[in-house]
Amino acid sequence: MAQFAEPASAHDDTHAAATGKRLRKLVAVTALPAVLTLIFLSLTPSIAGGDILRWAMPWFPGLGVSLSLYVDGLGLLFALLISGIGVVVFSYASVYMEHYAFNTRFFIVLTLFMLSMLGVVLSDNIITLFVFWELTTITSYLLIGFTHDEAKSRYSALQALLVTGLGGLAMLAGLILLGLIGGSFELSDLRAGTVDIREHGLYGAILALVLIGCFTKSAQFPFHFWLPNAMAAPTPVSAYLHSATMVKAGIYLMARLHPTLGGTDGWVWALTLAGGITAVMSSVWSLYQRDLKQVLAWTTIMGLGTLTLMLGGGDKYAVMGAMTFLVVHCLYKATLFLAVGAIDHATHTRDRDELSGLRRAMPKVFALSVAAALSMAGLPPFIGFIGKEVMYEGALHAATLPALVAGFALAANAMMIGAAGIVAVAPFIGPERSWPAPPHDPPLAMWLGPAVLGTLGLLMGLLPFWLADPLIGPATSAVYGSPVSVHLALWHGINLPLLLSLATFALGYACWHFRAPIRAALERTAARVPLTAEQGYDHALAGVKAFAAWQTRVLQHGSLRGYLGTIFATIVILTGWSLVRGNVLPMQTNLLDATGFAWAAALLIVAGTATAIVANSRLTAICALGAVGVGTAMLFAVHGAVDVALTQVLIDILFVILLAIALLELPPLDRFRPRLSLANGFAAVVSLAIGALMTVILISITSLPLDTRITEYYEAMSVPAAHGRNIVNVILVDFRALDTLGEIAVIALAGLAAYALISLRQKTLTARRDDDGSVQ
Amino acid sequence: METLLALLVGFLTAAGIYMMLNLNLVRFMFGLVLISNAANFTILAAGRYEGAVPALVPEGLKTVTTSVANGLPQALILTAIVISFGILAFSVVLILRTYQELGTVRSDRMRIADTTDYAPKATAPDGQGASEVAGS
Repeated sequence: MAQFAEPASAHDDTHAAATGKRLRKLVAVTALPAVLTLIFLSLTPSIAGGDILRWAMPWFPGLGVSLSLYVDGLGLLFALLISGIGVVVFSYASVYMEHYAFNTRFFIVLTLFMLSMLGVVLSDNIITLFVFWELTTITSYLLIGFTHDEAKSRYSALQALLVTGLGGLAMLAGLILLGLIGGSFELSDLRAGTVDIREHGLYGAILALVLIGCFTKSAQFPFHFWLPNAMAAPTPVSAYLHSATMVKAGIYLMARLHPTLGGTDGWVWALTLAGGITAVMSSVWSLYQRDLKQVLAWTTIMGLGTLTLMLGGGDKYAVMGAMTFLVVHCLYKATLFLAVGAIDHATHTRDRDELSGLRRAMPKVFALSVAAALSMAGLPPFIGFIGKEVMYEGALHAATLPALVAGFALAANAMMIGAAGIVAVAPFIGPERSWPAPPHDPPLAMWLGPAVLGTLGLLMGLLPFWLADPLIGPATSAVYGSPVSVHLALWHGINLPLLLSLATFALGYACWHFRAPIRAALERTAARVPLTAEQGYDHALAGVKAFAAWQTRVLQHGSLRGYLGTIFATIVILTGWSLVRGNVLPMQTNLLDATGFAWAAALLIVAGTATAIVANSRLTAICALGAVGVGTAMLFAVHGAVDVALTQVLIDILFVILLAIALLELPPLDRFRPRLSLANGFAAVVSLAIGALMTVILISITSLPLDTRITEYYEAMSVPAAHGRNIVNVILVDFRALDTLGEIAVIALAGLAAYALISLRQKTLTARRDDDGSVQ
Repeated sequence: METLLALLVGFLTAAGIYMMLNLNLVRFMFGLVLISNAANFTILAAGRYEGAVPALVPEGLKTVTTSVANGLPQALILTAIVISFGILAFSVVLILRTYQELGTVRSDRMRIADTTDYAPKATAPDGQGASEVAGS
């Protein structure tokens, strides 16, 4: 606002400075993807010629994990899409994100995402691939939750993280099994390997685990629900991650593993059903959405479903259809997302009911939207038409139930036409509306990229061999497992795919024409769906939380007696069980050689212990424990342990004094009244059982011969090595001096801790007095 | 002789654990004392009974010539006695301080950390604050 008060020249300077700043930012963020795109483009001729680029560096050689890159037709196709669309999205975002906070953070995360994604599609080692895979999950989490001050963003980000992260864990298990069975963690070795994984008994488990990972990542039913929610991300992120790249990671892995795992009944059925149901269901729901971005999100799921469906087919035409449609989908979907972003940017709404008549205000966006929509609808001469033709060709060649596959494809494609109209045509036609700020076309950086993508869709349709020879052919061959010559053309003559295309157009036009009644019908249906997948997710999440709370209540109940009882009962059960199961232990008793003095000491201990248990008076208990200590010292003396006996007596005296002082401050003992309660009975049984166990174990141990080599060594070396005649003392202060040091440290620490406890009291009392003026 | 020790160990362990399962922390501490003694006897018994002659090298000799008591377990017990005294002394102070803070030596009544169930029922001046405080 202050600019208006300034002289015109100053205003121009500011403007020029702002433009320069914009340009620098644009160049800075677009440089890396642009360079990468050029590198990958330069690799195209040699890869198309059949070369394979490899580069490897050991990472954890002991585990078979290496940082190995492998560039073949499939990897290069994906890498080109990732970096090429990256150029468009990065330049678009440099303008689009201007009004958001934390731009630096945004572009760092987006760049990290791009590099991780490239890592996924270029890794040869499956563990490395998994690491990159999870890096895309994490960066995606950060990007979906980028506007983290909104609860919806946080919820969606966490949902995407949990769904794809859990799927990723299942996938890791599957990949490890695959590597162990196949004998190598390198994908290229697995493809060339002699072991046929499909014959192995664990094939089913591997397939299920890996597919869970792919299906969650690529939003296949019933894991699709996270993708529409991920639209909480800024639009460039949605365009890049959730249409063109990240969600294609699952597709990539299925394509990559096609030669290794594909072709079985399990593979065909899993992919055909998941893909078909996903494609049809999501294309139906795309017609229902109000938010244009949601329409696109659901059509993205449809695209992913179609790709899965094609990869399930397994025929070379199906693979070719998948690879062609992959490119088609990336081109039109990124364009449409960016166009919707531009509409949102200009009008601040994405509600399809509020948008109409924008054709005059935003002609450029209108033009590129229509170009993308025509490709999406599969109309000639756009590449989308060829994609659809090849797809039908592949569906008709499907190994199992070609009619079913073709039916899925037909239904989904027809509704795509309706959805394309809703997103790309409806907002621009109809009556013009009045807007708070007049809508206008976005700056160059925001429309040039999408326009290039839209033009590419047209060019590739007109000159399909541009696409077929260098890219689709090598990629199809890599997925199919043997060289396939790909020929793409607009006109194949009058055949079944063409007739299916015509049927698609007719049905598609009906979808577009009757879009209002269809939506009303879907609205009624939506109200009647008993349980959506997302509600299932919410219930599962609530269940996990409830379970965690329940088990915390059960395990962390806060009762000291409960904790100790659990520990002691565990000791009884585990030790007792191994005693019972183990070999019969020798049990030699030698009560008779005990002297009368020893018996007297033992009796003193028993009497003292019994008195301590039943004592009701503090003084009695202390005296009884003192007696136990004296008896213990006597028994040590019987064993010739004079130093130990002396120490025991001294410590006993200290302990009694300490206890006597402390007990003066403590309340009198409650009366000892053992009642027949469950807790008391449990305590008695557990303690008696552990006592009996200890006796049995100790008798067995002492019945076995003793290895006295260490003692003999100490006896022999005491005088010569340590110049001491008291062997026990020499062991303590010389041979095991470090032990003694530790012991001293423990005592010092206990003393310090006790001192801290006592001095803490003074402070808390003072603090309380300060707080509320009274001592509590 | 070892059998006598084994029986004593069993008795002391049983008595110690029984007392440690008491809710009164003073009795718990008594149980700790008894279990320490049991542990020391276990080490002693493991070293076997070799008569009452202490492990001393007679004057003028390089090494022992007659059978003497096993010195190794004795050294270990000496360490154990001192450490268990340290632990006991600390427990005594801990229980004492706990009693001074919480006014009880019964472990089942020490609920200060369980704020949800045993939140201190502060009474607001208007006399109706208890439930609000507990609820907030």
